[in-house]
Amino acid sequence: MRTLTLSRNDLILLAGYTLVVLGGPIIMAPLGAGYPDLLQKFVIFGIFAVGFNILFGLTGYLSFGHAAFLGIGSYTAVWSFKLLTMNPLPAIVLATLLGGLFAAVIGYICLRRTGIYFSILTLAFAQMSYNLAYSVLTPITNGETGLQLVQSDPRILDAAAGRDYGAVLPSSDLFGIPMNGYPGFYFCGVVSIVCFYLAIRIFRSPFGLMLRAIKSNQNRLNYTGLNTQPYALAAFVVSGMYAGLAGGLLAVVDPLAGAERMQWTASGEVVLMTILGGAGTLLGPVIGAGVIKYFENIFSAFNEGILMAAFDFLPEPIQHLMVNVTSLFVGEGWHLTLGALFMVIVIFLPGGLMEGFNRLSALVAGIVRGRRDGASARGA
Amino acid sequence: MGILSVRNVNKRFGGLKALDDVNLEVEAGTVHAIIGPNGAGKSTLLNCFVGRLEPDSGSVTFDGMSLLGIKPHEINQAGVSRVFQTPEIFGDLTLIENVMIPAFAARDGAFTLNAWGLVTTHGEIRARALAMLTDVGLADQAERPAGQLSRGDKRRLELAICLVQNPKLLLLDEPTAGMARADTNNAIELMKRIAGRGVTMVVIEHDMHVVFSLAEKITVLAQGAVIAEDKPEKIKGNHRVQEAYLGGAQL
Repeated sequence: MRTLTLSRNDLILLAGYTLVVLGGPIIMAPLGAGYPDLLQKFVIFGIFAVGFNILFGLTGYLSFGHAAFLGIGSYTAVWSFKLLTMNPLPAIVLATLLGGLFAAVIGYICLRRTGIYFSILTLAFAQMSYNLAYSVLTPITNGETGLQLVQSDPRILDAAAGRDYGAVLPSSDLFGIPMNGYPGFYFCGVVSIVCFYLAIRIFRSPFGLMLRAIKSNQNRLNYTGLNTQPYALAAFVVSGMYAGLAGGLLAVVDPLAGAERMQWTASGEVVLMTILGGAGTLLGPVIGAGVIKYFENIFSAFNEGILMAAFDFLPEPIQHLMVNVTSLFVGEGWHLTLGALFMVIVIFLPGGLMEGFNRLSALVAGIVRGRRDGASARGA
Repeated sequence: MGILSVRNVNKRFGGLKALDDVNLEVEAGTVHAIIGPNGAGKSTLLNCFVGRLEPDSGSVTFDGMSLLGIKPHEINQAGVSRVFQTPEIFGDLTLIENVMIPAFAARDGAFTLNAWGLVTTHGEIRARALAMLTDVGLADQAERPAGQLSRGDKRRLELAICLVQNPKLLLLDEPTAGMARADTNNAIELMKRIAGRGVTMVVIEHDMHVVFSLAEKITVLAQGAVIAEDKPEKIKGNHRVQEAYLGGAQL
């Protein structure tokens, strides 16, 4: 099985990713993020961003409508719970397939155009899906209330297996392991490791090379005998499947689905994640997703009381001044911090946080080499 | 009949007659130059060969197959490669990747969903690409991003991109435009070597030095019409050509 072997660097990357995910609860604890709900969000939105990056990072096609596939994944998973079984496996498989199916249709139409027109088309489709979910599709989506489980759901497969949830509202479980809390996180974590591995394969395959060529020079690619459209469509479908899977996992850990998941702000969020972390890099989107979800959950939880305590060591008037200034950036104002961070990164590190890490490691390597050269020069 | 045959091709842009009943036969295995003053319709004609422009009337056949109404990638898959006036390369990718892409296209066709096997496991493609880079003298820079190359080297790379596909017909649009003299001479040597292998070439060129060093046959266009077609030494003495192209000056 020689074709299964990754290069040494990629194996290290995969091993590192696996370690960080599995050790997440311990690693994130000092940052105040070591609790399952947030960890689940890290890995789920990591999957979403990694998939989005296969489209945007490799081909350069900027979709502004990927939240539609996230929402479709969530609705599909909840329907799978309602109609089939509370087991998460059929739910995520169906969510992935349906995400891919919708992406094939929407992508086929949107990829008639490139650049800004492509982005606008995807945005239009996503907003259409969002509005449909709120209005005419209410029988499927349950409109504003959102799609929820009820006791009287048929759950054909569970019923056939003789499983009865009794008078309580069922929650998703994998052969008896409940899918909330830490088990839910580990389930999503393992799925995300598989997704990350697949993304590495795609990046390093001839297919991935063609996608990068689309971004670099589509004209040359056409005159080199390659049909760019099916390549771009395949990338769109793959990223749609990742999004559908992420949406399905959101429903697995918390079995309800609402239309707000498809709103354009959610589509914009995944764009931010990818650019913040580094578009076109393997690890960047995951880091971007982590940073944004961290800010959203941790910074937004800061309140004046915490700030007062933090600036306790200052004289009272200065303490109040500091609290007034910093409170703009936390709590409700966490978007302000995120916006400022985003601006700083786009201006100074157009390659995202990954470019920052690479520059830093190059700098360190340079210093180390400089020392060694200096030492050997003295030695000579 | 030649490998590329152009019959009664007309093209209008509004009131301007860009191509006026153009006829052209390119014999297999020869270097055929198309020359003419600025605006004579040389690039328009070339664009009709590669699916970029559709003539208003007439036919363009390559190897017995019509080139009209089909897409650029289909024309390439039929065996026609093109070098552009400003080098079109994959600037963000390394040189070796630049040449592996056309090698994949030549082997696997216009679309293959090859997303599982790694690029590095396709050793044969890599070897072909590397041999091609060696051929054009760029092998030592194989892992560099192509965008960093000098213009002359970009041109070499673009030639490698085209040649790795073993095209039946190579179209060159001003292959030495903007090159220094030394680079031009290098490029001529390279193109002579390629021609020596029996690749049919159509060259559009302004530089007479290049044209007369390479071409076995020359077609002269002026105001969209063919005014002469002959061997280079005869073209030099043709009065109509000197009138149209050189304003009556002696060559």
